[in-house]
Amino acid sequence: MADTAKTTHPQPAGRPEKGAEFGYVGIDAILEQMRRKAMKQGFELNIMVVGQSGLGKSTLINTLFKSKVSRRSVMPSDEERIPKTIEIKSVSHDIEEKGVRMKLTVIDTPGFGDQINNENCWQPIMKFINEQYEQYLQEEINISRKKRIPDSRVHCCIYFIPPTGHCLRPIDIEFMRHLSKVVNIVPVIAKADTLTLEERDFFKQKIREDLRVNEIEVYPQKEFDEDSEDRMINDKIREMIPFAVVGSDQEYQVNGKRLLGRKTRWGTVEVENTAHCEFAYLRDLLIRTHMQNLKDITSSIHYEVYRVRRLNENNTHPSDQPNGHSNGVPTHEVLSHEM
Amino acid sequence: MFSFVAGFRQVASGMSQSGEKGKFPEAAGYVGFANLPNQVHRKSVKKGFEFTLMVVGESGLGKSTLINSLFLTDLYPERYIPGAAEKIERTVQIEASTVEIEERGVKLRLTVVDTPGYGDAINSQDCFKTIIQYIDNQFERYLHDESGLNRRHIVDNRVHCCFYFISPFGHGLKPLDVEFMKAIHSKVNIVPVIAKADTLTLRERDRLKRRILDEISEHGIRIYQLPDADSDEDEEFKEQTRVLKASIPFAVIGSNQLIEVKGKKIRGRLYPWGVVEVENPEHNDFLKLRTMLVTHMQDLQEVTQDLHYENFRSERLKRAGRTVEEEVLDKDQILLEKEAELRRMQQMIAQMQAQMKMKPGDD
Repeated sequence: MADTAKTTHPQPAGRPEKGAEFGYVGIDAILEQMRRKAMKQGFELNIMVVGQSGLGKSTLINTLFKSKVSRRSVMPSDEERIPKTIEIKSVSHDIEEKGVRMKLTVIDTPGFGDQINNENCWQPIMKFINEQYEQYLQEEINISRKKRIPDSRVHCCIYFIPPTGHCLRPIDIEFMRHLSKVVNIVPVIAKADTLTLEERDFFKQKIREDLRVNEIEVYPQKEFDEDSEDRMINDKIREMIPFAVVGSDQEYQVNGKRLLGRKTRWGTVEVENTAHCEFAYLRDLLIRTHMQNLKDITSSIHYEVYRVRRLNENNTHPSDQPNGHSNGVPTHEVLSHEM
Repeated sequence: MFSFVAGFRQVASGMSQSGEKGKFPEAAGYVGFANLPNQVHRKSVKKGFEFTLMVVGESGLGKSTLINSLFLTDLYPERYIPGAAEKIERTVQIEASTVEIEERGVKLRLTVVDTPGYGDAINSQDCFKTIIQYIDNQFERYLHDESGLNRRHIVDNRVHCCFYFISPFGHGLKPLDVEFMKAIHSKVNIVPVIAKADTLTLRERDRLKRRILDEISEHGIRIYQLPDADSDEDEEFKEQTRVLKASIPFAVIGSNQLIEVKGKKIRGRLYPWGVVEVENPEHNDFLKLRTMLVTHMQDLQEVTQDLHYENFRSERLKRAGRTVEEEVLDKDQILLEKEAELRRMQQMIAQMQAQMKMKPGDD
């Protein structure tokens, strides 16, 4: 056991040989065990994308995961027409990188915000998210339950803000106010290649102010910072959100390198160049650094809130009540005073 | 019409005005009324032109910037953009600003009618009522003035042209765009414009233009049609008209910031990856839009007068004849509608009561 730990975990310089040092037990080898187990099991990630039609949601997801995982790529016959009501469409893919397998589910919401009357357009989405929580809850309280409960809860909801350059619109505020209580919302400024740098900074400031005034807590939420180290990292992120992103799935030759970008007559926007747009920061946040944190907050905070509320509602034996009573659209007030 | 005849008589009797004797060659058969256009031209220049342009589109599409760029002026010096919270409360406003522009002795009194609040609300069902009412009011006022006794100084505030800003972020027209254009295409000349066109690559732009044109014809929306060049115009003008017609809807960018490019100061937008030039026809259709507007100002006014205004006028006068009978019918109609509404409300209340009884008691 000590041998395998040595080969995969490079020891810091100065560490004496295993077994020779008095006081070294070998507990840290558990990290390696967990790692191997996790790799065998694979990960699940459920991302929801919300925004008006044409803001580049599908393209951004494809760019994030460098593969064609969005709804558009999977159902090409689905024409670009605006549906009459909001639909919720889930597409799952198994992707792999360096031996790590991931089941990525992208949940798309075509029709959001596209109608003339968009009142309560957040309701079907809220209903869907609660249904996932409900499904998980039912599995969890089963008498004989599965070893690994399939996790279809939405870990992250990317909300696309159109780059008007002014401020948030009423529909943005409505949506984020309701949904930030049940899911992690990551707001992004879509199609940011239409804003100059000054306009971008001004817009971001206005958005942050609007969020503050309306008491909307987007990810990373201040109240869930665990320690000062977390807080420091997250404060830096909070100063940068919402990220101004540009998506592209086409490569162009720039300075001898092939890069993802958008080519126009006056220049090529490089997607992964942080001087051009903040796509790289978004990708790092969602995938490289905070992916596990997103899942943790979903399961230990948002889901727990839902669970407590549900279990209190049904004071009797919960398992003999069918899903009939699961509130598709819980009232906003109940949630907030429960918390 | 009668001024033409008076002018003809004057010229025929040999009296020329303001020393233009030299312009009349004493050839046989030459009467001299070919000089008439000059007289009309001079009179118009003295009188000046009036033009009312309405701009409609969602917030943040660059309407104000484009208007300022088009007319090289600042129509909105103390612009206040409301925050999100205020936007929730607002309804559509109509703001008209007038500016007098003079170029080479020609005076233009330009009125720009802005419609802030359009498309902002979550429920935009009523947002164009205000706009349609405004257009009708201008027609009404003109009709009233025209039928009045003193017709010397009729001020023409009718809306001659409406720039409708389409968002470049969608895949074509939104439901709101379609509904609005269908509601006003019989009242005003619509010129659709694709805003913030620097967010589109060339291919995306062409695709979007085609999509929009398809949807416009699919829904039967009548946008302003540029008249074909007359056969006696020169080739260059004909070509220009052809190019203009093929570029609708215009994909434009606006800016009033001067940026230095290759030693020259030009208007544009500076990005980390390049500079978009407003007046570069390869970058966007701004120049085409401006050309269209200035070469067709007269035609836009004519179509407003001959088509839209006449439609309004005949409708209005017909209606005035029928008001008495209609009023009675209307009252019955209103009564029926109110009863139906009452029944609906009662149903809703009954439903809500039933729901409350069913919920697991958590009071």
